Amino acid sequence: MTIRVFLVDDHALFRSGVKAELARAGSAEPDLAPVVVVGEGGSVDEAIAGIGHLQPDVVLLDVHMPDGGGAQVLRRVRPEHPEVVFLALSVSDAAEDVIAVIRAGARGYVTKTISGRELVDAVRRVHAGDPVFSPRLAGFVLDAFAQRSGAAPVGDPELDLLTPRERDVLRLLARGYAYKEIAAELFISIKTVETHVSSVLRKTQLSNRHELSRWASDRRLV
Amino acid sequence: MGTVSTPAEREAGNPQPPEPGAGPLPDPGTSTPPFRRVRSGRIVAGVAGGVSEHLGVPVLWVRVVFAMLAGLGGAGLLAYALLWAFVPAADGRAARPSTPREQQQAVGLVALGVGLALAGAALGSSWGGWLTGPLGVALIGAALVWREADAGQRTRWRSSAGAVFGGGGRMGLLRVLAGIGLVASGIAVFLFNQGGLDQLQSVLLAVVATLVGVAVLTVPWWLRLMQALSEERRARIRTDERAEIAAHLHDSVLQTLALIQQQSDSTREVRRLARGQERELRSWLYGPQGYERAGEQATGAGATTFAAALHAVAGEVEDTYAVSVQVVVVGDGGLEESLPALVQASREAMVNAAKHAGIAELSVYAEVEPGQVDVFVRDRGAGFDPALVSPDRHGLADSIRGRMQRHGGTVTLRTAPGAGTEVHLVMPRQTGGEQS
Repeated sequence: MTIRVFLVDDHALFRSGVKAELARAGSAEPDLAPVVVVGEGGSVDEAIAGIGHLQPDVVLLDVHMPDGGGAQVLRRVRPEHPEVVFLALSVSDAAEDVIAVIRAGARGYVTKTISGRELVDAVRRVHAGDPVFSPRLAGFVLDAFAQRSGAAPVGDPELDLLTPRERDVLRLLARGYAYKEIAAELFISIKTVETHVSSVLRKTQLSNRHELSRWASDRRLV
Repeated sequence: MGTVSTPAEREAGNPQPPEPGAGPLPDPGTSTPPFRRVRSGRIVAGVAGGVSEHLGVPVLWVRVVFAMLAGLGGAGLLAYALLWAFVPAADGRAARPSTPREQQQAVGLVALGVGLALAGAALGSSWGGWLTGPLGVALIGAALVWREADAGQRTRWRSSAGAVFGGGGRMGLLRVLAGIGLVASGIAVFLFNQGGLDQLQSVLLAVVATLVGVAVLTVPWWLRLMQALSEERRARIRTDERAEIAAHLHDSVLQTLALIQQQSDSTREVRRLARGQERELRSWLYGPQGYERAGEQATGAGATTFAAALHAVAGEVEDTYAVSVQVVVVGDGGLEESLPALVQASREAMVNAAKHAGIAELSVYAEVEPGQVDVFVRDRGAGFDPALVSPDRHGLADSIRGRMQRHGGTVTLRTAPGAGTEVHLVMPRQTGGEQS
């Protein structure tokens, strides 16, 4: 089954670049679902209209845009189309940007320097329901969940703390390991790695930990 | 705009050659320009010019009509004053100078109008008595002040200097003071004539009280002026910020782009320049919480925290070996005594990977914990068999392992031919617990 992708970025040049990359790498592996771009939007309004009309499987979302950015698109589209999956794609490496789009509902975050093959891989992964954590996002999440002396007391241990295993998985992600390599390193199955990462994503989105709230509130998004 | 007449003006049946004093040229697109007092070619306040422009008749006729009306019990003067007060001034910057002959005509007409008004008054109309007397003086004074205020407004539009009456500098101030003096003395003499000599003191008191009253009553106007001033200041700050950003982009990005164009045939050099510029721009944009936690202190020597120092050496390696180094640091702490050695050992590990692994990208992950600091330097490159390393290669043995061991740290190496290399450095912290 084809994975239909909608592209949101305010730079037309970048959109055409991603389209070309996905066209080249999207159907390079015949035994995997081909990835095709079905539409694109250059502004928040265009994106909302286009996503509502085309109902794509995956939205590649720029974080920084005029009039609200990616978080704004997420907030306005997700209530009506909860089945659409979002993957943030941005040059920004600022922690609050990354955490803001994740908390607004994006299933992953990759930087624009990613190669075409890796991007197709990430699209397939989020479409299959797994989060995509770039090393930097893993680092931010580890940082936000770090146990520090003097930090605010944990409110809900279920959401505000990472298990030791989740921490191990995140560390390996931050070291640049692929899921397969993490599974081999920790002697667990790839499926278990994915479960841990999904759990971390859920905690990142729902936790009220002070650091996460602060990053999110810096972008007026709690 | 110059003194050229447009087709529209000629079509309007203008019998005379277009007069320069007739205000700005009408826009061919709109047949009737809005009623605005003109700023150029004016004699008193630009009312006549505005009327002529609005109605499309020569300014000379308008002035004649005003002068004639002035004879009818001063109606022309009253109409002129009301139009002056209620018609906004044009903010047009297009000046069209009037000829000396025109000026003479206009001044003559103004004198004629005033003369007619005075004559009418002298011929015994009901209110003429005081117009020829001191109140006339007061009116002239008021006209002076108004005119100067007009000029001040124009100055504020033109520049951000924002002076009230600053249009004419010292001369403007003099004119304003003269006007105020005329108004005050006119009123004083008028009241004095009504009363007697003995009441001079109380009359003067009344005048002073009136002036104070006027000052109080114009407070809202002053406040509005202050707001306009602060608005202008904000605009100037915005402009300054934009200029700073432009200057930074020019110094960094544009220079790098120029260099890249010159060296476009050297892929390696282009990549090095682009990567260095990206790092610099990111640190400038995202500052301390972003990519470069170091912010502005991202030089190896000046860095005061571990994360800053690690980012700095990663930048050096990127610049020197034209590779891309992905640095992720979790936690941070001060550079206590053993940590500079860890940073240097990490640098050696990065250099080794950049030189021998044959890759374009390597990742560095560091985690600062209360008891120890871990650094992982990883590449997906060639890898090697540690047993086969020739003994004359001192990089790993001396600069990494030796350095770490001298400070109580350990090195773990994971590598195999074709499987990439990961160097794991662990340095215990003496002070512990210091995390920010």
